[in-house]
Amino acid sequence: MREQKNIFSNIDWITVGIYLALVTIGWLNIYASVYSEDHNNIFDFSQIFGKQMIWIACAIVISLIILSIDIKFFPAFANYIYAFVMLLLIAVLLLGNVTAGSKSWFLIGSFKLQPAEFAKLATTLALAKYLSTIDIKIQDIKTKMISFLILGFPAGLILLQNDTGSALVYISFVFLLYREGLSGNVLIIGLVAIVLFLLTLLIDKFIIIGVLAGIALILFFYIRKRRKEIITLIGIFLLTAGSVYMVDYVYNNVLEPHQRNRIAVLIGKETDLKGVAYNVNQSKIAIGSGGFFGKGFLQGTQTKFDFVPARSTDFIYCTVGEEWGFAGSAVVIALYVMLFLRIIKLAERQRSVFSRIYGYGVASILFFHFMINIAMTIGLAPVIGIPLPFISYGGSSLWAFTILLFIFVKQDACRLQLL
Amino acid sequence: MIAIGVIFVVRLFYLQIIDDSYKASADRNVLRVLPQYPARGLIYDRNGKILVHNEATYDLMVVPKEVKNIDTASLCHIIGINNETYNSRLEKARNYSNYAPSIFEREIPQELYGFLQEKLSNFPGFYILARTLRKYPYNIAAHTLGYIGEVNQDVLDNDSYYKPGDYIGVSGIEKSYEKELRGKKGVKIMMVDVFNREKGSFRNGLYDTVSVVGQDLTTTLDADLQAYGEELMKNKRGSIVAIEPRTGEILALVSSPSYDPNLLAGHDRSKNYFKLLKDIKQKPLFNRALMATYPPGSTFKIMNALIGQQLGVLYPSTRFPCSLGFHMGIVDVKCHSHPSPCNLEESIQNSCNSYYCYAFKAIIEKLGAKNTKTSFNVWRDIVMSFGFGKKFHNDLPNELAGNIPTADYYDKIHGTNVWRALTIISLGIGQGEITVTPLQLANFTAVIANRGYYYIPHIVKGIGTSKFIDKKYTTKQIVKIDSGYFDAVLEGMRLVIDAGTGAGGKIEKIKMGGKTGTAQNPHGEPHSIFILIAPLDNPKIVLSVIVENGGWGADWAVPIASLMVEKYLNGVVKRVDMEKKMTEGSVYYP
Repeated sequence: MREQKNIFSNIDWITVGIYLALVTIGWLNIYASVYSEDHNNIFDFSQIFGKQMIWIACAIVISLIILSIDIKFFPAFANYIYAFVMLLLIAVLLLGNVTAGSKSWFLIGSFKLQPAEFAKLATTLALAKYLSTIDIKIQDIKTKMISFLILGFPAGLILLQNDTGSALVYISFVFLLYREGLSGNVLIIGLVAIVLFLLTLLIDKFIIIGVLAGIALILFFYIRKRRKEIITLIGIFLLTAGSVYMVDYVYNNVLEPHQRNRIAVLIGKETDLKGVAYNVNQSKIAIGSGGFFGKGFLQGTQTKFDFVPARSTDFIYCTVGEEWGFAGSAVVIALYVMLFLRIIKLAERQRSVFSRIYGYGVASILFFHFMINIAMTIGLAPVIGIPLPFISYGGSSLWAFTILLFIFVKQDACRLQLL
Repeated sequence: MIAIGVIFVVRLFYLQIIDDSYKASADRNVLRVLPQYPARGLIYDRNGKILVHNEATYDLMVVPKEVKNIDTASLCHIIGINNETYNSRLEKARNYSNYAPSIFEREIPQELYGFLQEKLSNFPGFYILARTLRKYPYNIAAHTLGYIGEVNQDVLDNDSYYKPGDYIGVSGIEKSYEKELRGKKGVKIMMVDVFNREKGSFRNGLYDTVSVVGQDLTTTLDADLQAYGEELMKNKRGSIVAIEPRTGEILALVSSPSYDPNLLAGHDRSKNYFKLLKDIKQKPLFNRALMATYPPGSTFKIMNALIGQQLGVLYPSTRFPCSLGFHMGIVDVKCHSHPSPCNLEESIQNSCNSYYCYAFKAIIEKLGAKNTKTSFNVWRDIVMSFGFGKKFHNDLPNELAGNIPTADYYDKIHGTNVWRALTIISLGIGQGEITVTPLQLANFTAVIANRGYYYIPHIVKGIGTSKFIDKKYTTKQIVKIDSGYFDAVLEGMRLVIDAGTGAGGKIEKIKMGGKTGTAQNPHGEPHSIFILIAPLDNPKIVLSVIVENGGWGADWAVPIASLMVEKYLNGVVKRVDMEKKMTEGSVYYP
């Protein structure tokens, strides 16, 4: 084992560099999104950009603390951390404050804490800890059950807080489980389910069932010699046809009205630009008006003048799109993709199973946020209120993402210390 | 992950670079083009008195969203409304927009403005917006000055300068000098936020244009004379037109009954307008000076005296008999008792009907009975050269042309070439089909005073700081009568004042010439008409006065014209009894 010289030795500077770049981009764009002549000092702490600067400073302190904590701390305490955060989630349900219809905040003075942001981190730790136990096989029913329990518990609590967006993030763990041996069919089934769901809303369900029957028939002739597969095929057909038949019911009775609307807007069934389609339309206008090089720093109008709602939090990407144009927006996407690929590459070189699983967890969570958030702002996904990692305004999410990332950076830096 | 990244980049490329509609939407979202209205030009009289100016008025505006915890009772008390009105107005404003300002109370009186302004800090959500309103300090010349109103759809369709809600001159000078008075609108491009709140100038005003203030007008009117004329015409129907013959400048243009021009400015404009419009007995909106047409009556004898001389069928010494009228065949034109036979001067002095029947017959039969039409056209041509039977096309809108009948007209009525001088003999004494406007009659008087020419009567003598006006108003219009033929006529007109039908209008030390007229009409008493030139040797003012149903010219028109001259030339009127009789007298009309 090698001796550690200081906390910065062996750190992956590429990851840290991208992190710092994204955080800075976030800070500047938050400043731009609410900029006004009256409050033009970027260090004005009464404004959200001033506060964001404090959050960033704290985040850096937190990351330094994490880098100096012993590498064995997080694997050892993963379950305790998980238990603690779950208690917080329960507590917020009983004692929390309601903001925008979600009961997910603790109000501590003027500071608002959102436990759900930390639950992702805790869940990743717990899942990595569980799956890195010796002799665990994901193929076992029991393993699957326990894994889904670890995921499902916080997801359920967050659903109860009425914060559907944050709950959906737990779907991203499917990527992690897939890496650890979960059948690829799960991913395929999930994808097929989403496509079928949307198609059913657009096209008459009997046409879809007919098309499905056609596909099943073609497959039947292809595999008719193999009896076992025929049974599977029939089973799959009946299942999909049944689900398609159920879509209307789910759409109308299970989803909340605002969720229904957001899906309707996405697939173009709802075009009331002053009503339910307002957010997405204004978001597209802001981004679309940016052009190639954008309107320039602080020159955005759609975001600055409130046309885009939640312009410094969930829709922060609009400010990027409007003021920095295609060039700036593409750079941000490139930074994220580089970060994800870098994390996966680092994860693959881990000698410790815990570190590897954890790395995949980090990548999965960040990727899911990135994908849903940006897709939402450019009209490719329904509006789901989750932040853009490192860029959106908000202390809880910035700290949670920072801790999430830097635990991995630490693990990676010390990978040679671990067996 | 790379795939998702690529999909996003492609989508961004489409949104930001290929599809332009989002840029347009963004501009629509954010930019508001605010017109900047310049102050409308002022209107002065010939001596620099202000006839029309702009007065600031104050509208109390409300932004419903910002109205919080105010002392409603106190505000209601100040502007004099009750609580229900307050609530309903606020509700109306809220329905319009919660964030954009609406008018809460229009045109707060000046005296209330200061008081309210002081208290305004107690009423968050309310503020005062200043606008301008046309004001007429003398309450005179309503028809001439005209009024402004919101543009109608017709104008909007044809002139891109105007936008809905803009004001435009609707009548009078406000209409004819609209382009000069209005100035030039500017635009200010402001950025607004999602609640329509202004957020500052777009690109620091790079695309803004500055408004240009409207030009002031100096009219030819004499405010004192105009006001005096309106006073004299009270409780009578009719008009006074006074012209400076040397220049064609209109000194006074009175049409009675009139109205207070202030009624048609401000927010009760349309209410008042319809009130005035509905008064079909008085017709106060009807500008008689330009739009009423009357037979000129005996005043037209002067025209025939001039034409007779010009054509060589009449001389100052020519005498025609009168035996209480003109009797020839079936034609029988009556006259009053006067010494007979008259020469030309005496015929004017006594207004002899018979004389002018003979004179007119001589004019029309000059080339023989067969050539009646040719002679008639010569006569008509000379009459038209005085400005009769056609419009002046000057700077007063809505004038009428009057009527000088054509040969074709008589062909149609009587059959081609069937009619003769005797058929149309009433034209000789200014009756029959011939009609003229008071303005034309005054201009006719100016021609006589000038001995053969006129300048197109006009109402504006200076635009802005320059004294330059359209060249057509400074171009001499020469009539088809040689100047020498005016001497006898002017002498006759002098006799009218000194010892004739207009003797009642005599003024000490002022030599004048006039001619009375009595226009028969089917609506009761004849109209009292008088034309007057003063002073006769150096004419400074000519007038035409018409008092509808006023009876003989001498009854009303003569004293009124005479008082106008005294007022204009002497400044003060000494004949107080006559003045009192005229201003207090009223004429019954059906």
